Amino acid sequence: MAPSVCLQEMIRVIRSARTQGEERGVIQRECAAIRAQFRQADSGGRSHNLAKLLYVHMLGYPAHFGQMECVRMIASPRYSEKRIGYLGAMMLLDEKQDASLLITNSIKNDLSHSSQYIQSLALCTLACMGSAEMCRDLAPEIERLLKASNSYIKKKAALCAVHIVRKIPELGELFTPSAHSLLSDKNHGQSFLLSVRSPTLCLHVFHAVPELVQIMKGLVTSGYSPEHNVAGISDPFLQVRVLRLLRILGRNNDEASDAMNDLLAQVATNTDSSKTAGSAVLYETVLTIMDIKSESGLRVLAVNILGRFLLNNDRNIRYISMTSLQKIVQTDHTAVQRHRGTIVDCLKDQDASVKRRALELSLALVSAANIRSMMKELLRFLSTCPPELRSHATSGIFNAAERYAPSQRWHIDTILHVLITAGGDVRDETVPNLIQLISVASELHCYTVHKLYRALISDISQQSLVQVACWCIGEYGDLLLKGDCDEIEPMQVTEDDVLDVLETILQSHMSSPTSRGFALTAIMKLSTRITNNIDRIRSVVSIYGSCIDVELQQRAVEYNALFKKYDHMRAAVLERMPIMDKNSPGHANGDPSGEITKDLIQTTPIQGLLIQEPGELFCYSVGFNSVTCLCVFSAPNVTVYEKGGVNLKLQCDNQTETAITVTFTASNSTQSDITSFTLQAAVPKSVQLQMKAPSGDVIPAQGRGTVTQTILLNNPNKASLKMRVRLSYTSQGTLCQDMVQIDSFPSPAWN
Amino acid sequence: MMRFLLLFSRQGKIRLQKWFLPLGEREKKKIIRDMTTMVLARKPRTCNFLHWKDLKIVYKRYASLYFCCGLEEEDNELLALEVLHRYVELLDKYFGNVCELDIIFNFEKAYFILDEFLMGGEVQETSKQSIAKSIEASDMLQETMEEYMSKPAF
Repeated sequence: MAPSVCLQEMIRVIRSARTQGEERGVIQRECAAIRAQFRQADSGGRSHNLAKLLYVHMLGYPAHFGQMECVRMIASPRYSEKRIGYLGAMMLLDEKQDASLLITNSIKNDLSHSSQYIQSLALCTLACMGSAEMCRDLAPEIERLLKASNSYIKKKAALCAVHIVRKIPELGELFTPSAHSLLSDKNHGQSFLLSVRSPTLCLHVFHAVPELVQIMKGLVTSGYSPEHNVAGISDPFLQVRVLRLLRILGRNNDEASDAMNDLLAQVATNTDSSKTAGSAVLYETVLTIMDIKSESGLRVLAVNILGRFLLNNDRNIRYISMTSLQKIVQTDHTAVQRHRGTIVDCLKDQDASVKRRALELSLALVSAANIRSMMKELLRFLSTCPPELRSHATSGIFNAAERYAPSQRWHIDTILHVLITAGGDVRDETVPNLIQLISVASELHCYTVHKLYRALISDISQQSLVQVACWCIGEYGDLLLKGDCDEIEPMQVTEDDVLDVLETILQSHMSSPTSRGFALTAIMKLSTRITNNIDRIRSVVSIYGSCIDVELQQRAVEYNALFKKYDHMRAAVLERMPIMDKNSPGHANGDPSGEITKDLIQTTPIQGLLIQEPGELFCYSVGFNSVTCLCVFSAPNVTVYEKGGVNLKLQCDNQTETAITVTFTASNSTQSDITSFTLQAAVPKSVQLQMKAPSGDVIPAQGRGTVTQTILLNNPNKASLKMRVRLSYTSQGTLCQDMVQIDSFPSPAWN
Repeated sequence: MMRFLLLFSRQGKIRLQKWFLPLGEREKKKIIRDMTTMVLARKPRTCNFLHWKDLKIVYKRYASLYFCCGLEEEDNELLALEVLHRYVELLDKYFGNVCELDIIFNFEKAYFILDEFLMGGEVQETSKQSIAKSIEASDMLQETMEEYMSKPAF
């Protein structure tokens, strides 16, 4: 067996390994030697071996076979072995390992050892990795040690008690009596203060506020103590800790808050903040002032300190001041507004952390009064913003614009600007939101479409911009071609230009499938708004009829059908859309180029209704595919229309509380077949409707077959459901049309 | 309360890891990976504070070592910077002009010093002299045992 190499030699050998493989080899050899050594009886070098194992563990290699050795070493009488054993326990054992329970007894023995250093080892290990059971077992011991006269042990026992209370809050009561006595300990190491997390302890300790105040005063005004001094501040660690305790005690307690007001003012004014230690104390003071029920003068002082921090050269201090301001911006809004200029300047800082804080704070500071100037700054920031902050910035800007937009035109301009700068990082619902906004601002249609067109011809890579622009060009293409617009310099746009742009988008590899869908639909809509190039549109549409993308292909085929079979309907179908409401059903879908039902009460012509075509489906509704779904229903079948031999039955099936499936079954009792049977349906505004494909459009004669059509309704507001159904069919050569209003549905769902 | 304290080199090799909260091996490795990536990616004159999940991360670079600790929401970041600095001062006093190699070859001593300074994620002793004295005394205890061993000293 190779003699074991001492620790530093081994480290040297490992470090000199030139490749990962070599290192692994060395480590494997060493581990084998260590394992062999562990199996031997006491060889005198046990602590060295364990130390080596711990080094190997730190490099990331498995070292679980050392756990039992740790347990053995802890039980050894030799100090060096105990020391390494406890270190090994802290590194290798945690409360999830079973071996950790085995050391409970050793710790217990060591806690009563005569040497304080061995006691401290045990205390330290318990505080580091003590599991709940171990803590429960050893809590009485710790409590005993808390009363010891040795201050070295007392402070360690106190921190150990803190750990125990964290693990098992109920044991807090056990330590309460000792807590108070620790406070009056002259020694600077009063560590038990932090355990004041449990409310019961708070009750016991809060009457100690005057004492704490005294301690703090002593620290702030005392003479120079070289031991505890850091950069001119006497014992900043303790000061911060006392302040933290004061914060917890004063949180909802008027009396306590009053008692500490003076002290806080004194600390806030007297602490020198040129170095980090002083700033740390001031920072903690500010946090304490903000958290307790302090008087308003004190709060103003705190905000001013934060403002001073903002102007500091040190980035760390600026960062934390912005973090704190973020916490109080809701409650002390006006106070923070005073520092708006500095915060906005921080947007231009080099540091990404500072930028992030500045962005959040700026967004919180936007108000109706400063929206224009803030938006300018935010938009400038957006152009130089780091990528990880972009989506946050864009959504913040949109929210702010929506809440405080001074005019529609400003709003549209802002959104356009954002899309041009950072269109790739906006959220998905931005596109429909913007489209809805544009459609509402009817007097700005001309201006908007011109602006969008100009943005489009310079850059087609931002998908959201492309989608919005295509939609607008499709809708308002006639305004674009007319050329004149009062709010923007005129630009002569020919039909060919517009179609060129749209075709480029269709063909570009940068365009996403959604954008291409938008472009195709836009081209189609233009067929009713332009006069000369209809053939060009026809050819584009027919080319895409064989496109690989299924969505495009479907659309192209449908549009083709519109050109061929339903040319008479084309103008009506492609007419300009009515203004959408913010929460209308069409709004919920992602593709607003499908406008869905409008209201039932107005006598809208066919264009307003959802149009459902059989055969090669031309359907505005999104996500439509030509699959007929026949559901199995349990609800009764009701006849809603009976005339001229045509019988229409209705069946309802409730799928959920707000969704319902309605199936119409049409049958024919005449002698001849009924052809071109179509059903159109309209529902109230709050209800969303989705029509599935009918099973066919020919109803065989004499009841030999039926045509079924399924409609899915979504009624989120549980409004009373009505439906108007228009039938249209050809029977014995004559075209018949009829309308049926269904006021009550045979199901109890809607109440 | 400090959740963890890590020391790692510029190449991302970990030199010391102290966990004040029980975590599984995989989580520890993940945290180490995340910390080293995040901290090593920072440019020289940027702020020393980061945000990671729900923790505040405070880091400081001393020569070739990064000292990185993870704090909870209520903790004072500026004070954490002071804590890191104090630890470096303690190491410096003990080893005399400490450098990374000292910490590599005497890692267990670095741990012992840390255990005298921090416990359970909190500062246990604010006086540099007391800590130095305790470490000295413990080392004395250790050396006397060495007499029983016939091994070369560390």
